[in-house]
Amino acid sequence: MTAKGVRAALRPSRLLIGALALAWAVPFLWMLVAAFRPERVGGAGMASLVPAYVPTLANFAEAWDSADFVVYYLNTIIICAGILAVQLVTISLAGYAFARLRFPGRTVFFYLFLVQLMLAPIVLLVPNLRTVAQLGLYDTLPGVMAPYFASAFGTFLMRQAFQTVPRELEDAALTDGARWWELIVHVYLPLTRPAMIAFAIVSVTAHWNEFLWPLMVINSPDRRPLTVGLAMFTLGAEGAQAWGVTAAGTLLVVAPLLIGFLMFQRRFVNSFMASGLK
Amino acid sequence: MAELVVQMAGAGVKRVRLSRRHARNLLGLASLGPSLVFLAAFTYWPTAQVIWQSLHAGSRRTGLSFGLENFQAIAADPAFRRALSNNMVYAAGTIAPSLVLALAFALTLVHSTRFNTLLRSVLFLPVLIPLVAAASLFLFIFLPGVGLLDYYLAKLGVQGANWLGDPDVALYSIIGLTIWKNAGYYMLFFLAGLQAIPPEAYEVALLDGANLWQRLRFVTLPYLRPTLAFVLVIGLLGVITQVDHIFILTKGGPSDSTNLLLFYIYQQAVERYDPGKAAAATVVMLALLLALTALSLRRLEHNVEGRE
Repeated sequence: MTAKGVRAALRPSRLLIGALALAWAVPFLWMLVAAFRPERVGGAGMASLVPAYVPTLANFAEAWDSADFVVYYLNTIIICAGILAVQLVTISLAGYAFARLRFPGRTVFFYLFLVQLMLAPIVLLVPNLRTVAQLGLYDTLPGVMAPYFASAFGTFLMRQAFQTVPRELEDAALTDGARWWELIVHVYLPLTRPAMIAFAIVSVTAHWNEFLWPLMVINSPDRRPLTVGLAMFTLGAEGAQAWGVTAAGTLLVVAPLLIGFLMFQRRFVNSFMASGLK
Repeated sequence: MAELVVQMAGAGVKRVRLSRRHARNLLGLASLGPSLVFLAAFTYWPTAQVIWQSLHAGSRRTGLSFGLENFQAIAADPAFRRALSNNMVYAAGTIAPSLVLALAFALTLVHSTRFNTLLRSVLFLPVLIPLVAAASLFLFIFLPGVGLLDYYLAKLGVQGANWLGDPDVALYSIIGLTIWKNAGYYMLFFLAGLQAIPPEAYEVALLDGANLWQRLRFVTLPYLRPTLAFVLVIGLLGVITQVDHIFILTKGGPSDSTNLLLFYIYQQAVERYDPGKAAAATVVMLALLLALTALSLRRLEHNVEGRE
């Protein structure tokens, strides 16, 4: 292949894509520049992307004071961890069943699971809200988590991973007298850790970023997750023209995932490719 | 429980073997159990519930009557019709440019040089942040006069629009934000798809004297067809189920020009206290999603079953 020729032909398009990538970064650049800008610059200066100032943390201090970010962080962490913990149990059990067990109605159940890929819980927010209220979970963190405890995407991901485990390993463990759950814990799970990590990344990202469902379920300010807290904060700050503070608040919300991504880029990218199943 | 069955099975090889199979059946169902409980509670039951409710109008006090009244009510509601047509414009306006951009990104950045990896990361960043956070940033970008967009447009001597306040423009501003948010995600799938094209395919095309455009048209695109179809499905799912930015930027306004289906459902349920209309609109949305499922089922199954 004449790589050189292709490369030459691509050059103008490379310039264009480079410029687009720069444009793609602008909202992030603005967020950084505005968040560290001293004092409240009203008017035109606020939009400048040039950090012609001595950076300060004043905006962060103000954001930190005017909203309970510590509580929001804790709530989001509890929600993400709670969902993931239950999901890992449900998806490995169901994944194992679909990968290795033959039982009546297997195909029917397979399709029943498949439905959830399309009918995401958020679409059913009105009836689900009623169910959550009937279960006594309105305005609680478990109420936010409950609709996500089963995951068709996770089940299929684990099923695929379990299928790659050689059957001989299972047989060997069985002749050694292992019970079925010992099989899963000691044979299957250690061998399918990459799939679990991929699922964990996608699940945590999705629920870290989720907004509408927690907005519906949570009423008390001290139970808000980060996204709901940020929304209230942004809408409240708007009138005061406190854009630097809004930028700082936004940065506080997006930082953990962005840092995670910068540290484990390959893992993130691979996980998101797997999430295409969703 | 499964073991109990095995233990309780009486003597005799045949019986044991039979009950062992029985145990295995039970084990299969038991392993699906936890998932099925939650799927039943939060997917099947609410679906049934919302269909039932959509077909019953009136309140508990006045008594419920069976019929299509709720559907007639939303059909007569200009806000609903607006939300439906907005959602179509939003879908087409978001997905087509996102796909073209994502494909262009992937084609340009397919080789993993350090520079390309950096650009890919930059393009992927918006995928990782909450849609609400993206909206918070774009609230300032779209701010009339002093906002980022108007500030730099003014430097170019162009006068900006009232990005979120003008009913003719607002939906397109929202579309712009969504393209920014999603193109990097779709790019990933195209990158994976491109890597799966055998180099021989290009060699043959080159021997035939195909130019760059012809290679794209007759080699790359046909190979990427499954990827394209797939990205189209997740794109459609996304434009139906993600409305978080509407809450921050426009709340559906001005005059319903940025109202989308799911936001309309939220409005009816939470702000207007009209569960009948909310249920009917949800059923319309479910129908759209089921149609999408039916169209893409084979694709989905293939992806799920793949690599067996």
